[in-house]
Amino acid sequence: MDGRKVPTLAEPARMGHPADAKAERMDEFKGKTLSWRLEGGAVELALDRAPANEIGLDLLEDLERFVSSLPALESKASALILYSKQQAGFSAGADLRELYEQAQKMDAPSAAKGVREFLDRIHAVLNRLDTSPLTTIAAVHGVCFGGGFELALVCDLIVADKMARFCFPELRLGLIPGFGGIPRLKRDVGNAVVRDLLLTGRSINATKGLSAGLVSQVAAEGEALRLARATAAQTAKFDRTTASAAKRFIKPLPAEELRREIDIFCELFARPAVMEGLRKFVENAGPHPYLP
Amino acid sequence: MRTIDQTTDEILNLAATHFKFPRANLQPADDFYKKLGIDSLQALELLTRLENHFGVELPDYEVQGVSDFRTLATRIQARL
Repeated sequence: MDGRKVPTLAEPARMGHPADAKAERMDEFKGKTLSWRLEGGAVELALDRAPANEIGLDLLEDLERFVSSLPALESKASALILYSKQQAGFSAGADLRELYEQAQKMDAPSAAKGVREFLDRIHAVLNRLDTSPLTTIAAVHGVCFGGGFELALVCDLIVADKMARFCFPELRLGLIPGFGGIPRLKRDVGNAVVRDLLLTGRSINATKGLSAGLVSQVAAEGEALRLARATAAQTAKFDRTTASAAKRFIKPLPAEELRREIDIFCELFARPAVMEGLRKFVENAGPHPYLP
Repeated sequence: MRTIDQTTDEILNLAATHFKFPRANLQPADDFYKKLGIDSLQALELLTRLENHFGVELPDYEVQGVSDFRTLATRIQARL
């Protein structure tokens, strides 16, 4: 132990970690759940938390560390690539087991407060990535579910391996996506597509994502990162000021809807049915434990 | 138009190849979770391979609760 206080949902860790100052200066970093490096004009952020990059407090803390280092990286790069080193996929979404276990340790009002604080923190990170002046590219393979899908949606472009699957499974738990997924997906594709994914909870493959306008390129198996790097190299040919201006013009942050999404999520989370759904998910030892 | 037997056969071939399982040991009535020893993530992978192979969409709810190759084939057949 390093003597640091262990963060909880109710008492999240804040920036100011001893490693932060160092991270801010670094072109290369390896944390508990991710790593990044500046390579040939592109920043590559690799998610690497077993088994499937579930987004909990550790990953959030590393993402906050990355965001704090972004200004320095942005001055040296033209693109940011997000990808996963985990075989299972890009990310399976929020860490529901951690969420359940943390919520079980406190009374309902404290759990609700903790969830809102977590959402505020993840929104701050994702909004910063969303509005980065870099051209951002998600190289997606395997599962890209829930919060993982929401992380990919902050990117300007999604390059998807033909085996990738996208899904908003939150309604199965009595919730809605809470990391900004609905406003961001609505920004990118037709409302009918959003309703289809949200209200059925079904997953779609990369080809369907391409036809829906969600995915910009479909890659052969194992080739998404290579295609993302080639795309990043293309963006490096353009004047950064012009590219950033174009991005600001075409990709506004849906700030009001993002705030409203947090409110709706928290209202729904307060119901006992949600905790029961989480309990069933956590305790499910059958052959289908992955989907709630 | 494929027959249900042809569709089933293609699924069995695809599963055997991908999961490196002897094709001769796979039968249409087999529970693929048990026979192939796969989990839900690998089942999703199989679903994606089937969608790509047959050029169809298979919503998860259509195959939820399905665990044998033959029934899986009927779900696909309905979308060919």
